[in-house]
Amino acid sequence: MTRALITGNAAAAWGARLARADYVPAFPITPQTEIIETLAGWMDAGEFDCRLTLLESEHSMLTAAGAAAASGVRVFTATSSQGLLYAMEMIYAAPGLRAPFVLVNVSRGIQTPVTLEPDHNDVLAARDSGFLQLHCATCQEVLDSTLIAYRLGEDHRVRLPAIVNMDGFYLSFTREPVEIPEPAQASRFLPAFDPETTRFRAGSPVSQAVVVLGGSPYSYFRYEQHLAALRALEVYEEVAAEFAQQFGRHYAALETYRSDDAEFVFCMIGSFATKARDAVDRLRESGQRVGLVRPRLLRPFPAGHLRRAMAGKKGVAVIDQNISLGKGGVLHAELASALYGQRDAPPVLASFIGGLGGRDIGAEEFYEMIAVTRAAHEQGQTPEPRLLYTADELREMRKLQAIAHAERTERKP
Amino acid sequence: MSDATVTVYKRMKDLPSTHLLGAGTAMCAGCGGLQALHEVYDVLGENTIVVNAAGCMTLLSVYPFTPFRGSWLYTSMASAPAGAQGVRDALDIQLSKGRIQPEQDLQVVVLTGDGAANGMGLSATSAAIERGLDFIYLCYDNEGYGNTGQQSSAATPHGARTSTSTGPRGFAGYKKDLFAIWAAHRPAYVATVIGSEPLDLARKIEHAKSLKGPRLIIALSPCPTGWDFDPAQTVEIGRLAVKTGLWPLKEYEDGRVTHTKLPHPRLPVEEYLKLQGRFDHLFSPSRNEALLAEIQARVDAYWADIETTGA
Repeated sequence: MTRALITGNAAAAWGARLARADYVPAFPITPQTEIIETLAGWMDAGEFDCRLTLLESEHSMLTAAGAAAASGVRVFTATSSQGLLYAMEMIYAAPGLRAPFVLVNVSRGIQTPVTLEPDHNDVLAARDSGFLQLHCATCQEVLDSTLIAYRLGEDHRVRLPAIVNMDGFYLSFTREPVEIPEPAQASRFLPAFDPETTRFRAGSPVSQAVVVLGGSPYSYFRYEQHLAALRALEVYEEVAAEFAQQFGRHYAALETYRSDDAEFVFCMIGSFATKARDAVDRLRESGQRVGLVRPRLLRPFPAGHLRRAMAGKKGVAVIDQNISLGKGGVLHAELASALYGQRDAPPVLASFIGGLGGRDIGAEEFYEMIAVTRAAHEQGQTPEPRLLYTADELREMRKLQAIAHAERTERKP
Repeated sequence: MSDATVTVYKRMKDLPSTHLLGAGTAMCAGCGGLQALHEVYDVLGENTIVVNAAGCMTLLSVYPFTPFRGSWLYTSMASAPAGAQGVRDALDIQLSKGRIQPEQDLQVVVLTGDGAANGMGLSATSAAIERGLDFIYLCYDNEGYGNTGQQSSAATPHGARTSTSTGPRGFAGYKKDLFAIWAAHRPAYVATVIGSEPLDLARKIEHAKSLKGPRLIIALSPCPTGWDFDPAQTVEIGRLAVKTGLWPLKEYEDGRVTHTKLPHPRLPVEEYLKLQGRFDHLFSPSRNEALLAEIQARVDAYWADIETTGA
């Protein structure tokens, strides 16, 4: 085991290397590019026995990834934002092949307008695809989750591809101390790829991804994928336990932080949850019983874990770093569907949208969210969803708009 | 065709008499694409994986049936060549790591219609050729989006009626020269074929099979439903496409284009056009002499040099 100061992107590359991926179909996009450059560098230096093929688009990249996985090799790939959206047809098509592989998504906001900075609308567009989703909060978690994702997806009871998600910039370009397992140790945890019966070779013909006629066979195969994804929940527990035994780092499907005796909890995914952790500590110092609940596994959705973690709480502040335009926060809606009508469900489920396009969520905002949730509990009513935006930001925005207006009018003859 | 290939297909009677591709598929009666596919598959054999894009032939493999003795992978409309890349790479990786034996290797064959080949799949094809992908691409060209009811595609010929060009002048555009576009990438091999010329087709597929790298084949595929003719006339219409010079049989290799059949004497294009409902408006209620002359002139111009030089 080596300890190194590496970025989230490098951690993802290490995950692929330690997983002994055979094949990396790739296409560059900011902020993911460092992952494929790192892998390419190792291959060129002869340190990593793997084949890299640069495709001409993410759509083709995902097609090649699914086709190669269905042909019997261990596949790793990575993308981000518009790339994930461009590949979306194949993101939805790949899980039905029941050929597992791992895709690292480096979350970045999607257009319009264009941004390079993170939020989760990209990866949530893949929410209903059949890909398993593991969401990371640290660079160490990125490396470890990549290994876990292979074990999970390749398990006989699952056989589905998985997305490991990290936030662009906040993790992708941030160096953190990361323990890099020894290859032998990684091999013990993740054995050689077993394609089972999913492969193409002369003498044993297979037809894959064929047409079905009628809703009955279609429903059957779709239900099978769904049930396999649900089974991944219990398989995850086994895999995470084994990972903890071998590496000493335990990754629960649902991370809880000081939430056992909390009256109010934050619920959110991704690296911004580390900011919430800080806020929890400060609020605790001021005598407030506050905690944090972070789903690490978003697909399958750990509904039972969430019910247990939320039982008896007075209120939950759900922070969505995404926005379903015309509806609101995606995680909020998911959580509500898990909690509604359950005994001991928190009476208040407050929705906050923040951190879009890399916008920071400040400590004061975390305190305010708890204050709003507490007040809502006292009034006995869940408040209207809030879009986080400060008066200072609005002032700065007005200045930009004034400049834009001046530029536009000056150009007029 | 290079002299290096010693063809086993010298005469019609040398062609396989039994077909590898099973019968009873969902293709239309008289499908010229299926005719070509039969002939191609007989030469390629079952140690193949057909990587398909959305189109008529997607309906060949409908759960739980397939007419193929080899493997099949459906991808999407735009990315069949990328699927072929993934399969080829995976096979190569397993061969090099000793996980499969050479006799377990497969010929990777992309199968798409003209809509995918000329339109949304062109980028993936261009990239596959540029990467030197070792694969065969078979495009069945029925000159429109046949599976959805013959809307115009980039391969639709000038003047043809389609379900999106029903006016008196038919399709306003001109058939895209996919052969030239593919050949401009300098792949290992490009050829045009047609099911009604089985000997020419078999020799070309046999030759393609003997090569490595990108090998791309366009099969003009007379389409009874889309072109509006009696299914019994598929072969005749195919022959006329060649005899009128509208469908030149040719191949590209090593930077040179060779015509494998010189139609002599060339029949007037209307011999071909008048058998198809999609060109009815050129003949009735009155003959559209201008448009007929334009179509003839384009064919004449194509052959002018070739007939003089014999190239």
